[in-house]
Amino acid sequence: MKILVPVKRVIDYNVKVRVKADQSGVDLANVKMALNPFCEIAVEEAVRLKEAGKATEVVVVSIGPKAVQEQLRTALALGADRAIQIDTEAQLDSLQVAKLLHKLVEQEQPQLVIIGKQAIDSDNNQTGQMLAALANMGQGTFASKVELTDDNKVQVTREIDGGLQTVELSLPAVVSTDLRLNEPRYASLPNIMKAKRKPLDVMAATDFGVALESKVTYLNVAAPAGRTGGVVVESVEELVDKLKNEAKVIQ
Amino acid sequence: MTTLVIAEHANQQLKPETHKTVLAASQMGGDIHVLVAGEGCKAVAEQAAKLTGVSKVLVADHAAYGHQLAENVAALVTELATDYSHVVASATTTGKNFLPRVAALLDVAQISDIIAVQSADTFVRPIYAGNAIATVQSADTIKVITVRSSAFDAVTEEGQASIESIDIVKDTGLSAFVHEELTVSERPELTAAKVVISGGRGMQNGENFSLLEGIADKLGAAIGASRAAVDAGFVPNDMQVGQTGKIVAPDLYIAVGISGAIQHLAGMKDSKIIVAINKDAEAPIFQVADYGLVADLFTVLPELEAQL
Ligand SMILES: Cc1cc2nc3c(=O)[nH]c(=O)nc-3n(C[C@H](O)[C@H](O)[C@H](O)COP(=O)(O)OP(=O)(O)OC[C@H]3O[C@@H](n4cnc5c(N)ncnc54)[C@H](O)[C@@H]3O)c2cc1C
Ligand SMILES: Nc1ncnc2c1ncn2[C@@H]1O[C@H](COP(=O)(O)O)[C@@H](O)[C@H]1O
Repeated sequence: MKILVPVKRVIDYNVKVRVKADQSGVDLANVKMALNPFCEIAVEEAVRLKEAGKATEVVVVSIGPKAVQEQLRTALALGADRAIQIDTEAQLDSLQVAKLLHKLVEQEQPQLVIIGKQAIDSDNNQTGQMLAALANMGQGTFASKVELTDDNKVQVTREIDGGLQTVELSLPAVVSTDLRLNEPRYASLPNIMKAKRKPLDVMAATDFGVALESKVTYLNVAAPAGRTGGVVVESVEELVDKLKNEAKVIQ
Repeated sequence: MTTLVIAEHANQQLKPETHKTVLAASQMGGDIHVLVAGEGCKAVAEQAAKLTGVSKVLVADHAAYGHQLAENVAALVTELATDYSHVVASATTTGKNFLPRVAALLDVAQISDIIAVQSADTFVRPIYAGNAIATVQSADTIKVITVRSSAFDAVTEEGQASIESIDIVKDTGLSAFVHEELTVSERPELTAAKVVISGGRGMQNGENFSLLEGIADKLGAAIGASRAAVDAGFVPNDMQVGQTGKIVAPDLYIAVGISGAIQHLAGMKDSKIIVAINKDAEAPIFQVADYGLVADLFTVLPELEAQL
């Protein structure tokens, strides 16, 4: 069984994001970039399925400029077998990403796509669901547990607002990862070295026959209204007094 | 111009998110219809018909929609959507699950988690865990949108919409419901509560969350948690507040033993009043707290409960 894992290069989750002065976007110059945390979890899950003998090949794909090869190498170091960069400089929205992934799914015919639930830059939470729709596959989103069954199905436990829900999907299917699915490993030095020799193919996004323009325009990107720290109170008594008489949020 | 709002419910009762999503829809202009897709969901439809501003409620009552399976609900909504200018759902795990499928099937973008409506085609949404606020304009023929309910007020229940049954059955067979473990609680829902008290890694274990319960009882509060507390297994996942958990904006948010990572702040920094209790005076949570108490939580929580 082949597993396809789409991964995104994003700003490192520890970096304090700054909005550009002209409000055209976020300042990404000289900022530390990383594998989107949810994609790291997706790679880990795919590699574990391979290690358990349930999958035969783990293919990672990233759509973007040459720089995304850095994150593809990271994924290879974590245990993926081969990587594909779909090369484009265009600013894509989730719909365009999903369409490109759909074409790749048609070529590669994976039985399972494991994808991050959300990119921590756009915070869209859309691509997996869109891909599943385009490919007419079932989806198990926000997964905290993934179990392949003997009859060619997958059971996915999903983190939902009210608790947990388990669904069963026929393969091929799309699973999107939540935080509790697993704890990703660190890439060891030998594996980082080995990753340099693993295959990484580059394809041009323009060869996929997908319109890459988004119909959504960013008119402006502003810093959020600031919130400043208030006062430090000395005691519980003072706190309760302030909440009652100053903030008036309790009685 | 008519907007279709997909109701959030669990077959018996309409969830308060829908009231807020309808308010957001009313700012997009035009008429509002609500779709109630479910199984045995007549009572929900009747409640939806009372939402102020709604002129028509469509009910699709069938086993295929009983568990809100994304594949089936999306197929239904996609078929209905072509008559509408906007298709809108709450940014809950249900809305986030099926609505992107609808967008893809309609070949339009989805605009996720809006916090303001500027006009029929222009919306405001946070990106980068709320560290940037984007104003986006959509040129798509149908706008597909999820609404962050903490950013909108609820509509009242003074309406009298007509109710219409639709018998479109979309059973894709792509997925099946197996089971559900729902957290039962007497407390208000996190996203609807006026007061929220959350515990973090500093709580040390699940039993210690009982220290928050007594306070929550007195304040009528919901209890939340940081990711670290959920990952450590202190409390269930549905209590996580943050960028990738629930977004809350209560009148009062009390963060206990939580350091204040940006991902946590993303879920609560629009609360009216924030209180932080942390023994580390340097913890970043104090930078957003209106009232900070630098103290050991195990000492001050019992005191706080006693003084309320
Ligand atoms: C992709 C991604 C998504 C994430 N999404 C979320 C999210 O949605 N929500 C979320 O919360 N986090 C999220 N996180 C995690 C986030 O980065 C932090 O790791 C997490 O919020 C830390 O939780 P904490 O504050 O409870 O733990 P810590 O950072 O360990 O802080 C514990 C605090 O407790 C205090 N403390 C300890 N003992 C006591 C005591 N006895 N009395 C008083 N104070 C005490 C300490 O001083 C410390 O400040 C996400 C991370 C990633 C990478
Ligand atoms: N440019 C991209 N290349 C590869 N995968 C992507 C890309 N953008 C998004 N994804 C995948 O889709 C997931 C969800 O992204 P989003 O829907 O944008 O929040 C990410 O975690 C990735 O797994």
